Amino acid sequence: MSAIERLPSAAVPDNGLLRFLTCGSVDDGKSTLIGRLLFDSKTILADTLHAIQRTSAKRGLDVVDLSLLTDGLQAEREQGITIDVAYRYFTTGTRKYIIADAPGHEQYTRNMVTAASTADLAIILIDARKGVLTQTRRHSYLAHLLGIPHIVVAVNKMDLVDYSPATFAQIRSDYLTFAAGLGLTDVRFIPMSALQGDMIVERGERLDWYNGPTLLEILESAPAIHSAHAEKFRFPVQYVCRPQDSANPELHDYRGFMGRVESGELCVGDAVTVLPSGRETRVKDIQVLGESLDRAVAEQSVTILLEDEIDISRGDMIVKSGELPKVAKQIDAMLCWLSESPLDPRRKYLLRHTTRDSKAMLAGIAFRVDINSMQHEVAERLVMNDIARVRFKLAQPIFADLYTESRGTGAFIVIDESSNNTVGAGMIV
Amino acid sequence: MRTETLSKVTPVKLSHLDWLESEAIHIMREVAGQCSNPVLLFSGGKDSICMLRVAEKAFRPGRFPFPLLHVDTGHNYREVTDFRDRRARELGERLIVRSVEDSMARGTVVLKSPDEPRNKHQSVTLLEAIEEFGFDACIGGARRDEEKARAKERIFSFRDEFGQWDPKNQRPELWDLYNARSFKGENIRVFPISNWTEIDVWQYIEREHLELPSIYFAHRRPLVRRSGGLLPVTEVTPARSGETIENLMVRFRTVGDITCTAPVESDADSVARIIAETAITTITERGATRLDDQTSDASMEQRKKEGYF
Repeated sequence: MSAIERLPSAAVPDNGLLRFLTCGSVDDGKSTLIGRLLFDSKTILADTLHAIQRTSAKRGLDVVDLSLLTDGLQAEREQGITIDVAYRYFTTGTRKYIIADAPGHEQYTRNMVTAASTADLAIILIDARKGVLTQTRRHSYLAHLLGIPHIVVAVNKMDLVDYSPATFAQIRSDYLTFAAGLGLTDVRFIPMSALQGDMIVERGERLDWYNGPTLLEILESAPAIHSAHAEKFRFPVQYVCRPQDSANPELHDYRGFMGRVESGELCVGDAVTVLPSGRETRVKDIQVLGESLDRAVAEQSVTILLEDEIDISRGDMIVKSGELPKVAKQIDAMLCWLSESPLDPRRKYLLRHTTRDSKAMLAGIAFRVDINSMQHEVAERLVMNDIARVRFKLAQPIFADLYTESRGTGAFIVIDESSNNTVGAGMIV
Repeated sequence: MRTETLSKVTPVKLSHLDWLESEAIHIMREVAGQCSNPVLLFSGGKDSICMLRVAEKAFRPGRFPFPLLHVDTGHNYREVTDFRDRRARELGERLIVRSVEDSMARGTVVLKSPDEPRNKHQSVTLLEAIEEFGFDACIGGARRDEEKARAKERIFSFRDEFGQWDPKNQRPELWDLYNARSFKGENIRVFPISNWTEIDVWQYIEREHLELPSIYFAHRRPLVRRSGGLLPVTEVTPARSGETIENLMVRFRTVGDITCTAPVESDADSVARIIAETAITTITERGATRLDDQTSDASMEQRKKEGYF
């Protein structure tokens, strides 16, 4: 498959974009796997390849170390650690991919939660020699918590277990046992060797007993997040366009409500309700740059015009009448604490949900989750990387859905106004 | 009001370009909604040209809720600065130009030698412009695929009073919930096309029929070969004695300061032909054309810590 054959053209349908997350430590071959995907999809260009060839040779390796492709910042190399989530890109001609590469060790929860929040699919790496480990359970729990619908368990380093089908079958069975307890449904298993390139992009010749798809085939066919099921229409208003001073007198009464469809879809003529006012009207037009659209779909940024003049500002939400979200001044949520300063139950924080901010106070911690054992434990306060079920009281109502039903309107972040830092991430339950 | 009787039919699922565009529109609207005095950096280069189209889609029929700013090194190609001025005029938006040469005259930029590349000194002039106008957010066209320091940078990237980026102390960025809050004197850099790659930019230019400065397309130009690259022979970059001047068909993959932006040999004279070339190219965009990134493995990271974009 040469690059020119993969050139996008009218004959090849555009299968959109898929964002996925790789979970695992360097020891599991994660960097090699990403390097392999980039290399075999011909994303790596000659000068980058030459640079890693030189470094590989300098380190006395006789093969090119593909993991060097994901080598990080100067600060990381100096300290021998990985600091942060890195984003990487490749395309197959039919689909574009964004990889969120979360580091394996330091601040794992914080980084994985960040990377998982935008992912449609997670690849969980298992070293075939080691099988299902505590970290496998931790990765799977976090992927599930963040609502990633598709899990691919990549049993890597099959070359080091003689490509044994029995080893693969055992790991599969071990994983399924605990996955059932988590409630994971869409899990696929694939034996591979990232080092040798088996079952990543090419099938290789050493896993002939495996009849399933290669990793790339799984990625190519995985549905992106919003195509899974019909969702309720949610449109948080980001910005109101009122070009009264325009030279064009036709625009003097123009009121365009600008935002991105968080979920569901909307057609011209649909009956809508505006929150918090509760006023009802109909959709007069849906526009992008002067062009009218028949409808707006999930993740599309549009401008909505309404039949009636209603006072709407940033932070309000337009929904379809009959599909109202919960108007809540108190929420229960799973909260990940992301800051080095612990959550202080006496302090007020800023809670940002869609385009709406509200002051918030902790009203209780139901339990903290030990993410290694998944046991619930009593907690008085939360420190960085803790995950807990909490209750917040809000000064202003938000228009909330369950996170499991709508990521966009079920998620929120917590901001510490004294530092302006993002200190927490929550999912409404 | 409906301007047309026939509506455009929206597909059920967004194509990858639609998705990237929609994400960038969303980001720009968040800047407009969260920040009180933002600015959009516009150089006349291809990435910032894409950003202007995104801004049109984000805010028309209204005006942009920010002016445009170019930090001019004084060593830019005329074709690009002319294009920059014309594009801003056509859009009816306000363009602010601040020059590294003014910072040199003030004494805040001191060159080690008269022919030193001025790219890295743009940081100083940018910070001076931020202070002069009190901008709380700067929207820039940087992409994560360009360089490994960028691969780890947030879409909303916090900078302290000195404009410094601290890679170890970035704000977590989850879902599409962006945090643009800053205190007076601090600044947020925002990169709406973070997730675009070079080929995405070219495909977007083709799809949107965006006009580009002529030097992006193949043209004949006098050059010399120096340290493995092609260097344009211009007033500020004359040939050295002993060098042979060649007239070659070239195009620029990036445009910037004349002293550190090199073209590649090419006969691609249309966007479609550039896309075909880009898809089979073997050298990264910065590797091929940015002489200033090659000095050290970590040079971009270093410059960003010093306030560079």
